[in-house]
Amino acid sequence: MAHTGVLRPGFIQLRVLDMPAAVEHYTKRVGLHQVTEGKDGRVYLKSADEFDHHSIVLRRAESAGVDMMAFKVRDDSDLDMFEKRIAEYGIAVDHKAASDVDLVREAHQSRITVDHVAAGEQPGLGRRIGFTVPSGHRIELYAHADQSDPKPRTLNPDIWELEPHGMCARRFDHALFYGPNLEEVLNFFTTVLDFKCAERINLPDGTLAIWLTCGMKAHDIAFVKHPEPGKLHHVSFDLENWQSVGNAADIIARYDISIDIGPTRHGITRGQTIYFFDPSGNRNEVFAGGYTYYPDNPTRIWDETQIGKSIFYYERVLNEAFLSVVT
Amino acid sequence: MSPLYTIMVEGAGAATCSGAERVLVALERAQGLGKLKGLPRKLPVGCRRGGCGVCRARVVEGQYRHEPMSRAHVSEADEAAGLVLSCAIYPLTNLYLRFEMPQLKNSISEPTNIT
Repeated sequence: MAHTGVLRPGFIQLRVLDMPAAVEHYTKRVGLHQVTEGKDGRVYLKSADEFDHHSIVLRRAESAGVDMMAFKVRDDSDLDMFEKRIAEYGIAVDHKAASDVDLVREAHQSRITVDHVAAGEQPGLGRRIGFTVPSGHRIELYAHADQSDPKPRTLNPDIWELEPHGMCARRFDHALFYGPNLEEVLNFFTTVLDFKCAERINLPDGTLAIWLTCGMKAHDIAFVKHPEPGKLHHVSFDLENWQSVGNAADIIARYDISIDIGPTRHGITRGQTIYFFDPSGNRNEVFAGGYTYYPDNPTRIWDETQIGKSIFYYERVLNEAFLSVVT
Repeated sequence: MSPLYTIMVEGAGAATCSGAERVLVALERAQGLGKLKGLPRKLPVGCRRGGCGVCRARVVEGQYRHEPMSRAHVSEADEAAGLVLSCAIYPLTNLYLRFEMPQLKNSISEPTNIT
């Protein structure tokens, strides 16, 4: 099996201001299903095309944004392996002599501490390890999830068991986060978690953005440079094709969902896309297509001359909200 | 049919807003129709749902009802002082509004090697 370690995005936990409005948005409009509600009021959602227990967690809070994003790893022993590598990463950095430019830069990496979340803290999930990356985002890893209904059949499976509804989201696909210290984030994800950098934007004053993958999608998580740590730009849902993106646009208009931009296309990843907002102001994306990334592919680089095209391929210019509107 | 109210934006002009409409959305429509000519730039429109904070404003005069607004952008003290996210309020009377946007927190620096 070639695919080891971190397999894929597992779930993301979002903060919402109004739980009933959020549940209606994600179930009726985006097209997810509610799996269960926890004793603490958190609501667990999934697509009918996903096997695992849940992929979206909603937590009622006083501010919008993201609590954490979690990735599923292949084996339980991977959790111990990654915990050890994270610990060694910090120590190795601490002991390095700051004798050249690279090492000086690396010496600025702060140690990343791992904590443990017991099995069952979220229904259907095994134990998790968690840590905060230098952009201020909490990332978690886990190896076990129960399956939950609705889910695809495995014997003679139909295209779907339950008719897709709303925007027909097939899975939680990825997230884009905003925060500082992108070089440190890139170094951590690539050297400790074995991610690859599929694409990036380089500006004269440094890295503006990085698109990271742990598998063969063009991205599983991405970061844009931003002075405030821990911010959410968007959570993205996979759709089948361009026609599905058009259907999602019809739903956005029919139900007066707040839109940011689209339907359009990204130069980066090549994905067909709409950005819109949930009832708490968290940006959502529906996303179709995107190229296949193989681990031996080189990193694709965009510079300041084509930055508009990199993000919004058809408009060829960033909209005002892209760099400033986050939760 | 909801009653119509006048939203006066300080230094920019007036717009019409129904009692069932988010104030910021009414201002977007007015700007699209060529009104609010006094605005120095495009309206600060972000999520339109009370989360991102870019449309922060002060209601100087008038009554309104509101949907949830992120406490990251409007504290309880702010709220008591009439600060709102203009996307999350609906007018109950005519309103007089002053935008008090946060500074844009991100920008791309221009290339420096122009020469």
